[in-house]
Amino acid sequence: MRRYFGRKILIYGLTFILAATIDWMIPRFMPGDPIANVMARIGAVVNPAAAQAMRDYYTHIFGLDLPMWQQYVNFWNSLLHGDLGISIYLFPTPVTTVLMRAVPYDLFLLIPSILLSWYAGNKFGAFAARSKWLDNTVSPIGYILTATPYMWLGILLAWLFGIVLGWFPIAGAYGFNLRPHLSWTFIWDVLHHWFLPFMSLFLVGFGGQAIGMRNMIIYELEADYSHYLEALGAPRRLVRKYAFRNAMLPQITGLALSLGVVVAGALVTEVVFSYPGIGYLLLAAIQNQDYFLIQGCFLFIIIGVLVANFIIDVTYVIIDPRTRRGMTGETA
Amino acid sequence: MTKQKKKNEFLYFALRNKKLRVALSVVLFFLVLAFVGPVLAHNAPFAYVNPMGAEPPSAKYWFGTTFFGQDVFAQFVHGLRATFLVGALAGGLGTLIGILVGFTAGYRGGIVDEILNVLTNIVLVIPTLAVLLIIAAYLQVRSIPMECIFIGFTAWPWAARAIRAQTFSLRAREFVDLARLSGMKDRKLILTEIAPNMLSYLVMTFILQFGGAILNAATLDFIGLGPTNAVSLGLMMQYSVLWGALQLGSWWWFIPPGLAIMAIVGALYVMNVGLDEVFNPKLREM
Amino acid sequence: MSLQVENLTVYYQTLRGDVKALESATFSIQGGEIMGLAGESGCGKTTLGHSLIRLTPPMRFVQGRVQIDGEELPIWDMERMNSFRFKKISIIPQYAMNAMNPTRKVGKMIEELLGSRNVNFKDNLPELKRRLDLVKLQDDVLDMYPIEMSGGMKQRMVMVISTLMNPSLLIADEITSALDVSSQKAVAEMLVEFRDKECCNSAMVISHDISILYQIADSIMIMYAGQLMEKAPTDVIVHCPRHPYTKMLISSLPTVGVRYAEARLAGIPGKPPLLLDPPAGCRFRERCPVAFGKCCEVPPFMEIQSGHFVACWKEFETNAHA
Repeated sequence: MRRYFGRKILIYGLTFILAATIDWMIPRFMPGDPIANVMARIGAVVNPAAAQAMRDYYTHIFGLDLPMWQQYVNFWNSLLHGDLGISIYLFPTPVTTVLMRAVPYDLFLLIPSILLSWYAGNKFGAFAARSKWLDNTVSPIGYILTATPYMWLGILLAWLFGIVLGWFPIAGAYGFNLRPHLSWTFIWDVLHHWFLPFMSLFLVGFGGQAIGMRNMIIYELEADYSHYLEALGAPRRLVRKYAFRNAMLPQITGLALSLGVVVAGALVTEVVFSYPGIGYLLLAAIQNQDYFLIQGCFLFIIIGVLVANFIIDVTYVIIDPRTRRGMTGETA
Repeated sequence: MTKQKKKNEFLYFALRNKKLRVALSVVLFFLVLAFVGPVLAHNAPFAYVNPMGAEPPSAKYWFGTTFFGQDVFAQFVHGLRATFLVGALAGGLGTLIGILVGFTAGYRGGIVDEILNVLTNIVLVIPTLAVLLIIAAYLQVRSIPMECIFIGFTAWPWAARAIRAQTFSLRAREFVDLARLSGMKDRKLILTEIAPNMLSYLVMTFILQFGGAILNAATLDFIGLGPTNAVSLGLMMQYSVLWGALQLGSWWWFIPPGLAIMAIVGALYVMNVGLDEVFNPKLREM
Repeated sequence: MSLQVENLTVYYQTLRGDVKALESATFSIQGGEIMGLAGESGCGKTTLGHSLIRLTPPMRFVQGRVQIDGEELPIWDMERMNSFRFKKISIIPQYAMNAMNPTRKVGKMIEELLGSRNVNFKDNLPELKRRLDLVKLQDDVLDMYPIEMSGGMKQRMVMVISTLMNPSLLIADEITSALDVSSQKAVAEMLVEFRDKECCNSAMVISHDISILYQIADSIMIMYAGQLMEKAPTDVIVHCPRHPYTKMLISSLPTVGVRYAEARLAGIPGKPPLLLDPPAGCRFRERCPVAFGKCCEVPPFMEIQSGHFVACWKEFETNAHA
C-alpha cells in the first residue's frame, strides 16, 4: 500500500510541477507583449518619460527584468508563500483573495453534481442491466445525455425553465438586490440560482456514469463467479449484489479520470449562467488580459483536480479490500 | 479462417446490427447535409440578408434568421462542415499520437512503458481545457488547423490507454511468440501479425476520438476561443447567447446546432457499441 | 439415489441455426456410482453436464426427462431448479480457479451463500472445517481472499463448497485438466474420498483424459458428436470395449513403457462432423471402419450385457448371433 500511494503522490507531484511550470512559461513565451497590453489597459500616457517610467515599474513588478532562472525561482518562492500576485482586472485585490471568493461557488456546484450523478448514474445503470427490455429502452437515454454538450444543455435548461417557464433565474449566484447574509431569503435565493447550473452538470454526468455502470455490470454478471453462484442456486439478488459491488470499483477510478471533463463542463456552465465560480473568473481574466489572475485560476484548478484525484484514490483503497492486503486491484 | 471469410463475416454481422445501421444512417445524414447544404443554402453564412433581424423559421428562411438578420440555415450547414472537419482532423491526430504512445508502451514494456505511462497519466489528470484556454488566449488569431492541433494533442491519453491495453493482451498471445520464434523481424511482426488484429480496435478508438473532438471543439468555440473568421456549431451557440437569443426567445438560433452535435456524437457512441458487437462475437445478441 | 435421464436433447442457438450438441441421451447413474464421461472436445459432454444444472441461453432445451431420486428435475426452468441446486445436484466447474468472488473473503462468501439458501452458517461451520481438513486446507483459508490462494488451493476450496450440502449428484467438469500430474492424482483421489465419506452420493466426472477416469471411475460413458456411444464398467471399457469408436479410442492411447521407435501412434482418421447440420443416423458413421447400410438410422443405446450399454447396429448384430 505504501508503494501504491508512493507512486500516486509522485505522479501528482510531477504533474503539479509540470503544470505550474507551464503556467509560468506561457505568458513569457507567447507572442505579444504583456506589458504593452497592461499599459494600453491602464490608459495611454502621452508623456514619453512617464510612459517609460510606467513601463519600468510594471516590468519590475512582473519581475521581467530578472534573468529567466531567477524569475522561475521567485515564482516558486511566492507560490509556496501563497502569494499569487495582484490582479490587474480587479486591481488592487490580491489574486488569492479573488480566487477564494469564487471557490465556494465552484465547490457548491461541483461536489453535489459529481457525487449525485455518480451515485444516481450507477444505480440507474445497474437497473438498466436487469433485463434486455429495460436495457434497450433506457440505454439510449444514457448515450444521448453523455453526448450532449454541457453548454447546450445549460442553454436549453436556461431557455426552457428560465425564460419560457420563468421558474428559475438564469444569471448570477444570487439576486442582484441581495447581499450575502445568513437568512432564509438569501439561502433560498442561492438555491434558486444554483438549481439550473447544477442540473445541467448533473444530467450529463449521470448519462456517462449510467452507461459505464451498465457495461460493467453486464461484464460482471457474465463472470465465472456469477455463473458459479447461479449453479449453486444463489438467488438473483445475491448475484446482482456481488456484481454491483465489483462493478463499482472501476467506476471509482473512472470518476477520477473524468474529472478533467467535469471541470471543463463546469467552466462552460458557469459562462452560460454567469455563475461566479473560478471558470467564470478565468474567462473574465482572459478577456481582460489579467495575467496574474489567469495564472492563479489555472493553479487553483490544477490543485483542485489533484486533490480530488487523491481523495478518490484513498476512497478506492478503502473500498477495495484487496488493496489493503498489499495487492493492487487496479493499477492506474 | 481465411482473411476473405473473416471480412465477409464482419460485413454480414455489420449489416444486421440494428444499432450500427441506425447510428450510421444518422451520421451519414448529417455528413451529406454538410456536403450538400452549403450548395442548397442561397446565402452566405455571415451575410445580412434579413433587414427585420431575428425571425422564426419560415418558408424563406428554413431555420429563421439571427439577431443580425443572418440566415441560420446557411450558418448551420457551413458550421456542420467545420465541425466534421475538426472532428476528423483532431480525432485523427489524437488517435495517431495515441497509437504511437500506446503501442510503444504496450509492445516494449519495461522502463519505456513506465515512462510513457507517467506521461499519459499526467496529461490525463491536467484539465486540458484550462491549458487550452490559456494558450488560446495568448494567440490573437486562431485557425481551424490550430484548433485541431490543440485538441489532438490533449485528447490522445484516452486512445493511448486503450491501445496500450490491447497491445499488451495481443503481445502475450501465442501466435506472436510463434512468429518471433521463427525469427520474424519486429517490424514485419507488427505489420503482419499484430496490426490486423488491432485494426478493429483502432477503428473504434478513432470513432471515440472523433466524437470527443467534436465536443471539445464546440466547447472551445463556445467560450470564444475557436477559430476567428469561421463558422461552426459551437460558434453559433456562442453568438446566440452573446446576442440575447435566450431573452429574445430566438430558439431557432441555438437549438439546431446543439441538437446536431448531440445527434452526431450520440450516433457515434452508439455506432461504437454496435461495432464492438460486430467485432467481438461474444457480445452478439441472439 | 439414482439419476435417470431419458431422451435428453439440448441444442445451442446460433445465428446460423441450432447446433445439435446433445441428441437423445438416455442413461442412468446408480447410487454411489462414479461415472466418467469421456470423449473428444466438442462431443457434448460439457453440454450434458451443464444442462443438468444450469441450462441457460445459448443452450436450448428441446426435449427429455431427468429424474433424480425419483423426483422430476425441471432443468428447463431456471427458477424451479434453484431448490434442487446445491442440495440435490451440484457442480465443480471447469473454471474453478475463477469461481469465487475476488473481492470477498472466502468465509464471508460461503456465509452469504448459505444464508441466501436458508442454511445456517454457524451450524454448518464445524462440518465445513472438517471438510477443509479432509482436503488438507488450513482453517484460516476462510479468512483469505481468492487472490491469496494458489491454484490448487482454490480448486480444493471449490470442491469443498460444492459438496457442502451433500448433494446426491456431483458433476465434476474437467477438474484435473488445468493441473500438473501430481495435483491431478491428488484431486482425483479426493473425489473418490468424497464419495466414500458420503460428502456426495454419486458423481459424474467429465474428462477427456481416460487414464484419469480409469483410476477413479466405476463406469465410463463415451460420447461422440453429441450422441452416446457406449457405457460400461471401467475395466470393460478399457479392456474389452465393443463400440468401434471406443475401440479405436482406447487403442490410440499411448502406453507407458512402450516405445514407438518404428511404429507410429495410431489415431482415428477424419474429423468429427459439424453439428450445425449433422449426418443422419449414427454420427460416427463416416469414420467407422465397420459401418454399413443400417447405420443411417440412429442406433438406440441398448444394454447388451449387464451394465454394458452400446449404440451400434454392428454390435447388436454380433450380439444377436452370439
